[in-house]
Amino acid sequence: MEKHEEHTAHVHRDDEGDKLGMWLFIFTELLLFGMLFLMYAVYRYRNPVAFQLGGDELDVFIGTFNTVILLISSATVAMSITAIQRGNKKQALILLGITLFIAVVFLVNKYFEWGAKIEYGFYPGSELLHELGHGTTLFFGLYYIMSGIHALHIIIGIGLFIYVATQIRSNKIHSTDYVWLENTGLYWHLVDLIWIFLFPLFYLIH
Amino acid sequence: MSEEKLHISSYRSHLFVLAGLLLLTAASVAVTNLEMGPLNTLVAMLIAGTKAAIVLTWFMHLKFDNKLYAIFTTLVFVIFLLVLYVTFFDYSYR
Amino acid sequence: MSETTTSKHVSFLQYKGKYKGILGWILSTDHKRVGLLYLYTMLVFFSIAAILGLLMKIQLIAPGYTIMGPQTYNSMFTVHGIIMIFVIVVPGLPAVFGNFFLPLMIGAKDVAFPRLNLASWWLYVIGILVVLSSQFVGGWPDTGWTFYAPYSFRTPANVLPALFGAFIMGFSSILTGINFVVTIHRMRAPGMTWFKMPLFPWTLYATAWIQILATPVIGITLLLTVMERVLGVGVFDPTLGGDPILYQHLFWIYSHPAVYIMILPGMGAISEILPVFSRKRIYGYKAIVLSSLAIAFVGYFVWGHHMFTSGMSGRALYAFSFLTFLVAIPSAIKVFNWVATMHKGSLNLQTPFYWATSFIFVFMIGGLTGLVLGSLATNVHVHDTHFVVAHFHFIVFGGTGYAFMAALHYWFPKMFGRMYDASWANIGWATFFAGFLTLYLPMFALGLQGMPRRYYDYLPEFHTGNIISSLGAILMIAGALIIITNLVRSSRHGKKVTDKNPWGGKTLEWQTDTPPTLENWEEIPTITDSPYEYK
Repeated sequence: MEKHEEHTAHVHRDDEGDKLGMWLFIFTELLLFGMLFLMYAVYRYRNPVAFQLGGDELDVFIGTFNTVILLISSATVAMSITAIQRGNKKQALILLGITLFIAVVFLVNKYFEWGAKIEYGFYPGSELLHELGHGTTLFFGLYYIMSGIHALHIIIGIGLFIYVATQIRSNKIHSTDYVWLENTGLYWHLVDLIWIFLFPLFYLIH
Repeated sequence: MSEEKLHISSYRSHLFVLAGLLLLTAASVAVTNLEMGPLNTLVAMLIAGTKAAIVLTWFMHLKFDNKLYAIFTTLVFVIFLLVLYVTFFDYSYR
Repeated sequence: MSETTTSKHVSFLQYKGKYKGILGWILSTDHKRVGLLYLYTMLVFFSIAAILGLLMKIQLIAPGYTIMGPQTYNSMFTVHGIIMIFVIVVPGLPAVFGNFFLPLMIGAKDVAFPRLNLASWWLYVIGILVVLSSQFVGGWPDTGWTFYAPYSFRTPANVLPALFGAFIMGFSSILTGINFVVTIHRMRAPGMTWFKMPLFPWTLYATAWIQILATPVIGITLLLTVMERVLGVGVFDPTLGGDPILYQHLFWIYSHPAVYIMILPGMGAISEILPVFSRKRIYGYKAIVLSSLAIAFVGYFVWGHHMFTSGMSGRALYAFSFLTFLVAIPSAIKVFNWVATMHKGSLNLQTPFYWATSFIFVFMIGGLTGLVLGSLATNVHVHDTHFVVAHFHFIVFGGTGYAFMAALHYWFPKMFGRMYDASWANIGWATFFAGFLTLYLPMFALGLQGMPRRYYDYLPEFHTGNIISSLGAILMIAGALIIITNLVRSSRHGKKVTDKNPWGGKTLEWQTDTPPTLENWEEIPTITDSPYEYK
């Protein structure tokens, strides 16, 4: 008796449990971003004028554009779940591909947006922010932190999409076993959910 | 394990929800040009809250899933809002 | 007998799977092995942090320089705090006994996500190593475990590893929380309805929710402090417009609920032990369940009582003081439950029972002195004095620590299949208990007299109290040595236990083999009765 049989407890499959786990993770994320929103509320309350002027510096068009495409990507990932449930592998892959593409476009936009701001002199510790004072420093500090952590989640999302797509291609995810796709979808909706609040707070209210 | 009946949302319903979200986005952008003072923030947050509720209800399937998820999600938002409220006991009266 | 049946009956300690030797442990997804991994890790780091604590007490045995200077003292209390809080008491009971006994007590074969469970342990170890690596890159941090702004990004000492390490350990804690909530929701044995679930799993459930909903707060706060230090974004830096008090808000929005992460599972363990050694049904099962959930919820909104002298608005002070008194109620309810459980029971005076009753004793001292700190007027007087240090050691060490020892002595035979030497265990307990009281009780008096915390030096009038306290520390460490030696020795050479149920407990974990087999159950049990049905 050199070796005992495999430990099989981890083989047990429970899709509903996996989904519950994903939701709990989403709650963690909500509280994490929640604290950033709390900071935003406190600092906006203390520096109302500077936050208004800060909002004017951001480009409403690029913000709206990113909002629209992110909402569309949320719809496409939800539709890809519908496709897999119906057993339509090809459509699921196409819809997932669109989502992935949009995620990349979002990041490209973000890159140019940040690039322009940094070139203009808005970055943590810059001379310009120092001259503009405390309120503006905080506004842009929060802008970089919050949209930065959001962008990090987009990058993780891209990784998830690529993984899920390969799983669908190799038939590991199919019409009776698709909890990975479902959870990835939930994650992506969370990313959307955060942006839904970030967008008016930074780009619109002024 | 109870037999949860599987709800498959149609493409149409997803597109319908998407249209609603885009409409609300347009409304949100449009109202910022109206001068309403502090009401601007309130309106923007109300619209964002509605959008979030729509995403949670339909895209994230809370409407069709086990009610437990909806209860938990509500609880999480309530806790967050209460934390925010209690924090402002400090900042509002400093 | 075929090969399959023999391996089904092999204990989890003897099991040989894909990996051999130590790899068979550190790569094992078996919840029992993961629980023991946590136990061994904690034993190592508890010893380190306890030695740091002892060194600090030796430094304080006389005024002025005794064995170390101020900077060394500062880094010692910082590292002592970080290890004790983030490595020992926060993961504490959930990681060790939660992992080991949650599946056993609800009749499951493992936790919901065994691989994630192992990953939690790995993250935990990596986090600890990152914290300790600061020793080799710029020296230990000197901020205190609270990392208060603005000092945490001004100090020349290197706090980045400590911040990162605590951040990583936070992840480990969240993943454990997610694992436990899903396990409890999805994997209870048939017939085990929510109100037929034993109390330890119930408190783990409440704890897991706090882990999920509060830990991200510390995660983002530590991350922001890192960004503040590296990039100077300004969110906490008053010279850039940030509000350092907001740092304190965020820090305590996690760290106060974290106190309940520490204590709730301890309360659960005590609620398991007392009925067994009183041969009586637990008194007020539902009251304990509901008060646990109430603690978890109300505990969210009391964080401001750590900041009464920080410069918050007057109204916030009243609000937080009121809420603090509110959260004391469910804790007190539990004390009444425990005492009523013992009332007219037929008491079986064994080591776990001694630990459990002394838990109630020190927990009450800790809790009642907490009310002194919760009222605004007295708080201003004793804030940041030794009174606070004594109070939280009574709660965190006296509460969680005693519950941990009670649980360890209670479940030891099930975990190792061997029994410890009962008389040495009792001698260890008595020495430890006497040392504990001698160490911490004088600190209340010192605090009332005005001796501040976190100072390596003090005025001559505090000398007497400090001598007593330091001698108490030595006695307590001696007690801890007796206990640890006894347990470590007994885990290898103790008397063999094959009885499934050496204490006569009624909960499910006593129906498995001792020690449990790899998959816990040959057949998942069906539950018809509530736990604690003593006739």
